[in-house]
Amino acid sequence: MAVARPTFIDEVRQSEQFNAAACMNCGVCTAICPMGLEHLPREIFRYVVLGMEEEVLKEQETVFSCLLCKLCEENCPAGVHITENVRSLRHYFDRKAFRI
Amino acid sequence: MPLPTGDTIGILADNLRLRRSVLPIPTESAIRWTRGLDLPRGGERVLYTGLMYQLIPYIEELVKAESRLAESWLSGFTGIGRQVNKLVNVSGFMAHPTREQLETYDRIPRNVALLLKRAGVEFGALYEDDLYSGALAYDLGADETLREHAQKVYTTLKKHGVKEVVTIDPHTTNMLRSVYPTLIDGYDLAVRNYLEVLSELEMVPSRQLEGDVAIHDSCVFARYEGVLREPRQLLEGLGLTLQEPLHAGTMTWCCGGPVESLFPEKAAEQAERRVTELQAVAERGVTMCPLCYVNLQKAANGRMRFDDISDYLIRGYEP
Repeated sequence: MAVARPTFIDEVRQSEQFNAAACMNCGVCTAICPMGLEHLPREIFRYVVLGMEEEVLKEQETVFSCLLCKLCEENCPAGVHITENVRSLRHYFDRKAFRI
Repeated sequence: MPLPTGDTIGILADNLRLRRSVLPIPTESAIRWTRGLDLPRGGERVLYTGLMYQLIPYIEELVKAESRLAESWLSGFTGIGRQVNKLVNVSGFMAHPTREQLETYDRIPRNVALLLKRAGVEFGALYEDDLYSGALAYDLGADETLREHAQKVYTTLKKHGVKEVVTIDPHTTNMLRSVYPTLIDGYDLAVRNYLEVLSELEMVPSRQLEGDVAIHDSCVFARYEGVLREPRQLLEGLGLTLQEPLHAGTMTWCCGGPVESLFPEKAAEQAERRVTELQAVAERGVTMCPLCYVNLQKAANGRMRFDDISDYLIRGYEP
């Protein structure tokens, strides 16, 4: 059973730009991603919003495989700051998992 | 099997903090492009390389060395490698580019300097104080290290009396123009890319070029910095016929370069997809970013020729 920690999102949030909760899960990002990433951004953003830290930590490779090319963000109908959100997730991994 | 992500990021971040670049290179390699150009040191306007082109031969060699390391028994010791790298620049032992590689990437900042001179733009250079911008640390989320480094870069620019920075590549442009102002209080530098500077000057070409060229927009130029019109205007002004691939302009596809340091195989796969798109519209391609140039060139493996945009411009505008 997944454990949810409501304060998790505050640990990931780097700035006011962080807006994972704005994602409406429409799937444009997944359809358009040149790397074919399926879990990022929408599924992982949902884990962050729900406080499911363990699920996020399983997605390390996916989080660092994003090109930050912004093609998804350019086409996101909900105005999600996808690249900044991904960078925030990377910063979280750097601190939490890599001790950087 | 790629090297462990955390150790790789740790080494890159340690290098930036301790040695002012994610991949430290000899000073001679950083400034060789300035030879014979007689550029003043510093001044209100400087041409700033951010070392991006000069770093590429070293990155190419380092990636090869990392691939060999990843396949060997030593791959289990990258954590120790990170600790050793804090004392000794380990990456310096791993990357030994050839003279030909170095000359290729010195040529591009030289091209840009000559083009600006031809256009009548007055500018200086910072030589050994032309520091890497920290773009990779930013992408990898090493924010504390980046903030500290950005302040060093800004202080160095101010020390030389700089008010306006003319950049060459998209990543340095983005860092100095859009990211640094969010990190540094009172940041007041004007930042323009050389393509923007040249396109405003309405230069008259000294000769016309011809033929079809596939244009590869950099993601950072197209979607972060809005530099789309300028390269087209300059290349078409030379008489070239630009061919737009399926994904072009604000919909451009990435070359794969941003994941090269962590997942070289994924980077190569994306570069292959992009070369296929570009090859469908022309036999020659033009890039405007060192990462795009090296990744697409490598993926094309002779199937298609790529040139940096400055190589076309210098041919069309040199006296």
